[in-house]
Amino acid sequence: MPAPEIVAALQTRFSATPTALGVELPSSELLTALRALRDAHGYRYYVTGTGAESATSFEIVHAVRNLVSNDTIFVKVSVGKDAPEVDSAAFVYAGAEWQEREIWDLFGVTFRAHPDLRRILMPDDYPGHPLRKSFAMDTPWGYRPQTSETPEAAS
Amino acid sequence: MADDPLPVVGQPEAGPAGSALTDIAEEVVRFPGGGVAILRSDALFHWAQKSSMWPLTFGLACCAIEMMATFAGRFDLDRFGIFLRPTPRQSDVMIIAGTVTIKMAPRIRTLYDQMAHPKWVISMGSCANSGDHYRNVYSVVPGVDHVIPVDIYVAGCPPTPEALLEGIFALQRKIMEGDRAGA
Repeated sequence: MPAPEIVAALQTRFSATPTALGVELPSSELLTALRALRDAHGYRYYVTGTGAESATSFEIVHAVRNLVSNDTIFVKVSVGKDAPEVDSAAFVYAGAEWQEREIWDLFGVTFRAHPDLRRILMPDDYPGHPLRKSFAMDTPWGYRPQTSETPEAAS
Repeated sequence: MADDPLPVVGQPEAGPAGSALTDIAEEVVRFPGGGVAILRSDALFHWAQKSSMWPLTFGLACCAIEMMATFAGRFDLDRFGIFLRPTPRQSDVMIIAGTVTIKMAPRIRTLYDQMAHPKWVISMGSCANSGDHYRNVYSVVPGVDHVIPVDIYVAGCPPTPEALLEGIFALQRKIMEGDRAGA
């Protein structure tokens, strides 16, 4: 459970909705809220970032921690499924960079102004984003890795 | 005199005792006086190859733990002339120990291509054999034989060290027959 006064402070300043482990925000307020958490409230440690797909939207969750009070808060934003796009938190929390690359790799959510938005887990030439619900499970069957062409490979 | 048999000069090897070539003793004809023996070159080379299999140090998943146990003192592969090599250039056996992902597959192919001839591949465990329960997963190659030719499949999830040893012995028998999956 995050500290109630932090959630209350976020509700005062932003249009935040309390959730079980933190707050949900409109995506336009994500970066300012993360900056406020980092600079004003001491949540200087980026714990993790992850994504989820619901029936109507993709959810991006950033978990940040105040190492003095040992308090963790989960900041969630939802983005629509058509051309999902959200601001990158990598310039607020450097640790978010690879987490956002993973979310982009597996869910196909684009992060605006991300410093290096490449695939991180799947091969560069992989078709699609495999954790999407619309991803067909038989896609890899048609996909084979490129193998080098050598004399012994032919036999 | 075409009917005359050729004179027998050499003597067949007496038996395993006292010979360095015990596994191919029946092939060896030793000449009196010592220092010279005759045998088929294939038999000698295959015997040498199966007696000094040098696998590439290479583990992919949990099967690698069982492979490491096999290489350690309790099972002691050194006594079969098996030494791990840290580079494909010095290796002639590749043990695929674990799940082959789509991203790893080109690296496996590259390592295999870098190995010198002759070379053999042991596929260790269900994942490397067929993908097993990861067969339908988006990131997994359903069997390493999609990527490289495989000589021996060792079943198990993971195989015990004894099972891997049995696979290695099966590969030794295959080498003695001069057989291999790759070119």
